[in-house]
Amino acid sequence: MENILAFFLLHREAVFIVILSIFLGIEVISHVPAILHTPLMSGANAIHGVVIIGAIIVMGHADTTGSMILGFLAVVLGTLNVVGGFVVTDRMLEMFSRKK
Amino acid sequence: MNEISQFSYGISVLEISYVIASVLFVIGLKMLSHPLSARRGNSLAAIGMGMAIIATILFHQKDGKPIGNIGFILAAIGIGTVIGWVIAKKVKMTAMPQLVSFFNGMGGAAAALISIMEFPHVRPELIAEHGMANGHVLAILIGLMIGTVSWAGSMIAFGKLDGWIGDMRIKAMKYVNLTIMAILIGFIVFIMTRQVQASAELMPYVYLMFAIAVVYGVLFVMPIGGADMPVVISLLNSFTGVAAAMGGFLYNNQAMLTGGILVGSAGTILTILMCKAMNRSLLNVIVGVFGGGGQAAGGEEGTVKEVSVTDAAVLLSYSKKVVIVPGYGLAVAQAQHLCHDLDKLLAEKGVEVKYAIHPVAGRMPGHMNVLLAEADVPYEQLVESDEINPDLPNTDVLVVIGANDVVNPAAEDDPSSPIYGMPIIMARDARNIIVMKRGMGKGYAAIENMLFFNPKTRMLFGDAKSTLQNLVNEVKSL
Repeated sequence: MENILAFFLLHREAVFIVILSIFLGIEVISHVPAILHTPLMSGANAIHGVVIIGAIIVMGHADTTGSMILGFLAVVLGTLNVVGGFVVTDRMLEMFSRKK
Repeated sequence: MNEISQFSYGISVLEISYVIASVLFVIGLKMLSHPLSARRGNSLAAIGMGMAIIATILFHQKDGKPIGNIGFILAAIGIGTVIGWVIAKKVKMTAMPQLVSFFNGMGGAAAALISIMEFPHVRPELIAEHGMANGHVLAILIGLMIGTVSWAGSMIAFGKLDGWIGDMRIKAMKYVNLTIMAILIGFIVFIMTRQVQASAELMPYVYLMFAIAVVYGVLFVMPIGGADMPVVISLLNSFTGVAAAMGGFLYNNQAMLTGGILVGSAGTILTILMCKAMNRSLLNVIVGVFGGGGQAAGGEEGTVKEVSVTDAAVLLSYSKKVVIVPGYGLAVAQAQHLCHDLDKLLAEKGVEVKYAIHPVAGRMPGHMNVLLAEADVPYEQLVESDEINPDLPNTDVLVVIGANDVVNPAAEDDPSSPIYGMPIIMARDARNIIVMKRGMGKGYAAIENMLFFNPKTRMLFGDAKSTLQNLVNEVKSL
């Protein structure tokens, strides 16, 4: 019990952000028309590409050959997620906006 | 938590960039949920991402050390950008769902790699003070587990949608999966209760956990029917969001935390919305064995009546109201442009043409809308199934092009059918029904469709593209 409380105290900011972000995510999505489900999923997919920041940090402090290789791979994969995600979403949405 | 001990312009710029990026993610996601602002929303989120990436490379510090290996990082970003860009631009619109799944898997893999690399570097002070049971270890292990499952699962989903991995349905599968899940959680507890000086000593367990998580990801997606794949992709998408957020927790990085959790919760809601569109619960999708049943209707097959292209053309040309129900067959045949040609021709003859779009027509919610928009079909002509259903009794001809399950009356009539209860387009209410189909094969959910045996139904067999071409020619010559 003491551990759990100490844990909460240590990470209270993160816990706050997590809880508020959960509500935000629910609120932002809840009134979306079915036709936008696919682009929205794809857009959200691109946003979780933020994981690339972690990959950059890991790579930026890698010092052994092994960690360099893994870090390099992580940055490539993260970039794929970000770039691919946003470009595909844009391509889908382009079709909606063309005949305006 | 590493406190920012002294003021530094770099750190300030970095943190401000993260705040702006987080705000742009939220606004971007909000704008993505309205048709008119969606594209700008996507661009805004992309700008936020770009800012966060550049600021990290320039200003991030760990124990006072700036980001190193910049050459390699830029090279990796370059490679990823080129590959991602080319794949995203080249792939056909029909393959969109697999593509989203593929990119999602990449994110999950990146999260898993970060965890594997960070595990041996948990600060010794932290371990000395709290043992292995501390927040960083937990974040790393959860990130590893979820990221790996998301990666392995996404790759299987990708393979299934692309058609080179079949379904595997074994009744006992859910117990196997639950057991593996329990083992994974057991690993987390085990690792966190070890008494060690340095976390690196426990690396073998981490690798083992990674391997088991891969197995879990594969087995999790394998038994799920192909028609449910969009739901699974959406779910795995929110998984990756949570995995990314774990990185934010680890690095005390708010952009990663907000971005990841936002996607995690929004993705979960989206998954539930998709399930609702099919009138099923998420649990039912995950553990339910779907798509194999429906033998009940198999016994009393009637006869199917065919119609010639000429007769179909005459029927359509002299109607007042025509409703087209497009499905994946239309998309696969790349016939959406021809379909639009047909509706323009009919409109010239004074026929009112509408498209009835089922929420899950195609392979993903909204997939059909994207494909028809690509063919320049005006937005106003696309009507959702709830809206069109009351209108169908006044419809002269309903044309089903490459759709099957979304017009299957079994969803209304047959409680034993796997799709029973799913809202459908009430095709049989129309005065005449023409079904364009390659053959008498079953739909994606592999269930018999009694609509084809309805006395009002005429079948027009053949590939959607060539049949539509013939139909367009016939209508022109009338």
